[in-house]
Amino acid sequence: MVSLQELQDQFGSEIQERVFRDNRFIDVPAEQLLQLLSGLKTQFSFDMLVDITAVDWLDYEGATDRFSVVYLLLNVDSGERLTVRTAVNLPDPALPSVCSLWMGADWMEREVYDMFGISFTEHPDLRRILMPEEFSAFPLRKDYPLKGRGERHNFPVITRSEG
Amino acid sequence: MPLSPVATHSSESADREYVWTLNFGPQHPATHTTLRLVLTLDGEKVLKAVPYIGYLHSGFEKLAEHLDFNQYVTIADRMNYLSPLANEIAWHHSVEKLLGIELTPRCRYLRTILAELMRLHDHLLNLGTTALDLGGFTAFLYFFQQREHIYDIVELASGQRFHTSYTRVGGVLFDVNTDWVNRVRKFIREFPPVYEEVDRLLTKNRIFVDRTQGIGYLSREDAINLSATGPVARASGVERDLRRDDPYLAYSELDFDVICSRGGDCYARYLVRMQEMLESLKILEQAIENIPSGPVNIAVDSDMVLPPKPAVYRSIEGLIQHFEMVMPNRSHDVPREQVYAATESPNGELGFYIVGNDESRAWRARTRPPSFIHFAMFPHMIRDHQLSDVVAVLGSLNIIAAELDR
Repeated sequence: MVSLQELQDQFGSEIQERVFRDNRFIDVPAEQLLQLLSGLKTQFSFDMLVDITAVDWLDYEGATDRFSVVYLLLNVDSGERLTVRTAVNLPDPALPSVCSLWMGADWMEREVYDMFGISFTEHPDLRRILMPEEFSAFPLRKDYPLKGRGERHNFPVITRSEG
Repeated sequence: MPLSPVATHSSESADREYVWTLNFGPQHPATHTTLRLVLTLDGEKVLKAVPYIGYLHSGFEKLAEHLDFNQYVTIADRMNYLSPLANEIAWHHSVEKLLGIELTPRCRYLRTILAELMRLHDHLLNLGTTALDLGGFTAFLYFFQQREHIYDIVELASGQRFHTSYTRVGGVLFDVNTDWVNRVRKFIREFPPVYEEVDRLLTKNRIFVDRTQGIGYLSREDAINLSATGPVARASGVERDLRRDDPYLAYSELDFDVICSRGGDCYARYLVRMQEMLESLKILEQAIENIPSGPVNIAVDSDMVLPPKPAVYRSIEGLIQHFEMVMPNRSHDVPREQVYAATESPNGELGFYIVGNDESRAWRARTRPPSFIHFAMFPHMIRDHQLSDVVAVLGSLNIIAAELDR
């Protein structure tokens, strides 16, 4: 098991740990994120990226940052799991892409971009994946209403004669 | 052949003028639901495949933030509709981890039986339709008939054939009776002959083997690097099954093998799924004979579980209890923490990342959908294959568009 001390020695003392049930969370500032993730992959053999997701903390009591981006890692051979979290904020939420480390990150980062508007620099093909290209909002943000903003009713329809 | 990470994004091959573009989907019999591929072809050879998804996107994760833990089960079971109960079990598994609920032994066994029935349910349809797309109609019909029996079993337990909405936080909607247990026993008896028949129809079928062997190869390194899980990863030699490696429900008390293959192609994925059905039967046999008696739900006074329906309708205490449980601010005591818990769904690792708030609905409930992760691998796997291999690879990955798009 990778110890917090090892990680702090290598990647800076800002790294924090939190354990809840059987989940282990490592909180890291966005600047050290790529360095930490690549270290976890190469030195501590977290060879699988299980998932990338994000959380919007708008109006969450006690939250200091707007978004968290969450990386769920797995060491396939030992079965050890680790969750790496980092915070990003408006107006320009951006993180380095981890596609160069795990090819599987491609669509996961596209989905986070599509749903939260968090962009990933040096992603090979960062565009919307679930929503249509012309959609302008980011639907999983907390300030986006559940019922939408009328996109459904104003969606351009091409009739047979126009097509 | 090693895969290159830029395969989907290079556009140099598209400039050659003899290449042509084929739009595959969104409505095509072999996509089974709604997904679209834009294929760049040189004759019949696929140079590039670009998937466009989102046709069935219906904001499940947004809805999870507005429905409570019990209500969301009706949405969760619509994700992978080939095995609805497996999604419900995965959802409540995560919720129960967040809330710190320990299930009763009977419930653990009951959910294990249902999860394994769902694995059969999913594999039966997946293998059937894979054969159907490759021209073998009979196997599909034989397997679909067996699915009918599973529908009946599920209906007897929950009252619904398809979208059962059967699990609840801390238990299930109703307990099952001896009639149900006998029905499952009957299924376990009657399934193997049909299985053998289909096994004879497909496993050594020259056409089927030619269409699947060596097609859609995925090496072990690529499988790990591309986050493959479940049968897809195990067919590439990744020896990992959450039922064994991260035991939940009653799996640690049951004896079964993890099926793996080194083939890495569509045929290996077919074989892994076929063998897994036999292992599921083995689990079912053990679980149904050892299902403990006792309550199926945790105690009502834990303030975590809905009271039984007869108590709600016939006693004032039950009614008050029910009312307290459905009030968003008065029910579950939810920690303000985050949790990720995963189960081995028929398709791979199905996990939920839940952020707790003070009320009994999630602040954020991310689904880790195996179909989405597996479909991302598709452009890498199909490159330099024939057009007709598209359906073979799609079938072997078991892409469920409702789960893909959520």
